[in-house]
Amino acid sequence: MPAIKSLEELKRVREEALQKKKVKAAAGNVQVIVAMGTCGIAAGARDTMKSVLNFIETNNLSDVSVTQTGCIGLCEQEPILQVVVGEGPKVVYGKVTVEVAEQIMKQHVQNGTPLKDHVLPI
Amino acid sequence: MTFYRSHVLVCVDPECLAKGALGIVDALQDEFVVQGLINEIQVLETSRIGKCSDGPEIMVYPEGIHYHGMSVDDIPYLVEEHFLKGRVVERFHEVTVPVVDEELGPLRPKEVRIVLRNCGQIDPNNIEDYLAVDGYQALGKALLEMTPEQVIEEVTNSGLRGRGGAGFPAGKKWALTRQVQDSPKYMVCNADEGDPGAFMNRRVLEGDPHSVIEGMIIGAYATGANYGYVYCRAEYPVAVETLNIAIAQAREFGFLGENIFGTDFSFDMEVRVGAGAFVCGEETALMASIMGQRGEPRPRPPFPSVKGVWNKPSNNNNVETYSNIPQIITKGATWYASRGTERSKGTKTFAVGGNVVKPGLIEVPMGITLREIIFDVAGGIKDGRKFKAVQTGGPMGGCLVEKHLDLALDYEALTQAGSMMGSGGLVVMDETSCMVDIARFFMDFTQAESCGKCTPCRVGTRRILELLQKICDGLGEKGDIERLEELCVEISRNSLCGLGQGAPNPVVSTLKHFREEYEAHIYEKRCPAKVCKSLIRFEIQAPTCTGCTVCTRNCPVNAISGERRQLHHIDAKTCIRCGICVQVCNFNAIDVFS
Repeated sequence: MPAIKSLEELKRVREEALQKKKVKAAAGNVQVIVAMGTCGIAAGARDTMKSVLNFIETNNLSDVSVTQTGCIGLCEQEPILQVVVGEGPKVVYGKVTVEVAEQIMKQHVQNGTPLKDHVLPI
Repeated sequence: MTFYRSHVLVCVDPECLAKGALGIVDALQDEFVVQGLINEIQVLETSRIGKCSDGPEIMVYPEGIHYHGMSVDDIPYLVEEHFLKGRVVERFHEVTVPVVDEELGPLRPKEVRIVLRNCGQIDPNNIEDYLAVDGYQALGKALLEMTPEQVIEEVTNSGLRGRGGAGFPAGKKWALTRQVQDSPKYMVCNADEGDPGAFMNRRVLEGDPHSVIEGMIIGAYATGANYGYVYCRAEYPVAVETLNIAIAQAREFGFLGENIFGTDFSFDMEVRVGAGAFVCGEETALMASIMGQRGEPRPRPPFPSVKGVWNKPSNNNNVETYSNIPQIITKGATWYASRGTERSKGTKTFAVGGNVVKPGLIEVPMGITLREIIFDVAGGIKDGRKFKAVQTGGPMGGCLVEKHLDLALDYEALTQAGSMMGSGGLVVMDETSCMVDIARFFMDFTQAESCGKCTPCRVGTRRILELLQKICDGLGEKGDIERLEELCVEISRNSLCGLGQGAPNPVVSTLKHFREEYEAHIYEKRCPAKVCKSLIRFEIQAPTCTGCTVCTRNCPVNAISGERRQLHHIDAKTCIRCGICVQVCNFNAIDVFS
């Protein structure tokens, strides 16, 4: 990445970043976002993350991107996992243990039905 | 083995029990006998099915139908409809609908997110995510379209004040650093967040590091600095790692380094990791630590804006102050100043902890009342108990009580009320908190964190702690309160830095609002909140104890004796007052006396 030297370049980079996101969403990609702030990690987000990655590997899932994010302010509900299917709404899950993460991957990511028990009422 | 065609699970969690779950169990069984179904349907007790607040609750399998909120009188109807006729009774049927959140916006009522706008929304390790939400636009605008003076003016007009707690106007501080004719100059970011229970800065650093970096670069442009330090504690490994990744990415995109945006302005920065001493949050101690010296404060003046890091002019702001900057530059001072009170503008993040329903991190506009924060944003006091006090400003702050709840929150209002804004820790206490014990807790912290450079703080905090410990142990005597008061005055008057000057605050404010609790401890040897272990005793009550032996089995020191189905007894000599028996007793048969 060459250094950005003008507002136009900055604008172009921003558009590109937005575009990348849109293309992925339009293709029906699933985004799994694990909150990996200290609060999340303390509550076991690393294991949750591992479980998500394991599931993707063992089931050979493609079109699923796993990213991380910070704390959303509900530390008590950590580990928090967010799932966005394509251009659909963002579903936020709380207290996602390894087992719950597997269930979410199976039911929501693979079959498209949100797991109602763990959705945060926010 | 009997086969049942159906199973009915009844929630017997405490809340459902209180709402008559056991009555429901009996009524169901009676009705199944009446209807001749008792050999086909089994009734089982179970733990939590739903929310319990709508209890009593039952779950019918194999259908998986969830009923709630019925009374014993409804049972015959329910049994007839559901189990004889096979019809679901809609009146009690609980349908759990998945709650889907459209936009992750404010999570709680009355929140306004400026500093935390990106936290939990973007991937902090990917600069593209930040760019996609208008990242570094403010930097571009400042560098290419504004002069340093204009930037300072914008920040001054926004009314932004130091979010580290002291509330010094940010624009004024920048102007002071700019005025000094000396070079090089340094930008310093205070990320040494040390208050117990406060983690606002950590969240910003971990969730949105680029907003802090962008704020610092803009500040550097305005003050004329060319190098920056983020002083972060080693206890925040994730924050340090995230920051380092973000700095590397910002360098790669040309936001850090030589000739940023093609201008002749250059700036770079690094993270300095501190060992986590509380006193290093004080700016002169922090700068000493950056230079590799002992983290001890020195008298001011000279202020850091004249002589800071490496004895050169240095501008020191808190993480939250910096992360406000990009928004102020893009959206303008007027937009920012539209929130808040006359003297305090914008928003403030708080880490709300203690006995509230929804603890966590919040961002609220200045001028909101404590009542709104505690009861609306944080959901009120846990378990329906009564509010007692709230500690603001961390260990250097003070406690505020009921009459302060309607104060419009700003720097001055809190100081006038005998506390302070501080970095944003909010510990809410209910009637089960002992204020002497709370004061002892905070004093234990400041005593341990005193750097030891000046005598009033080093020796004084220890003397206060000893007195408080004595009072909590039931050994308090006449004159102790007066000794405490005298010590408080001397320590705040004679200490070198803010740590010592503020250290007595928790004692001063609890003495002011809860003097009678101190007196009860000393003169009546009684802890009104039933917390101080030396002053309480546990007793099992005859009519309520069923002799279930749960307490006996759970007591860690075998202090409880008694036969099954007989009244149990606690041996006061052996008892260590850990309170486990109270927690495990299903019948609330154990009372605490003081």
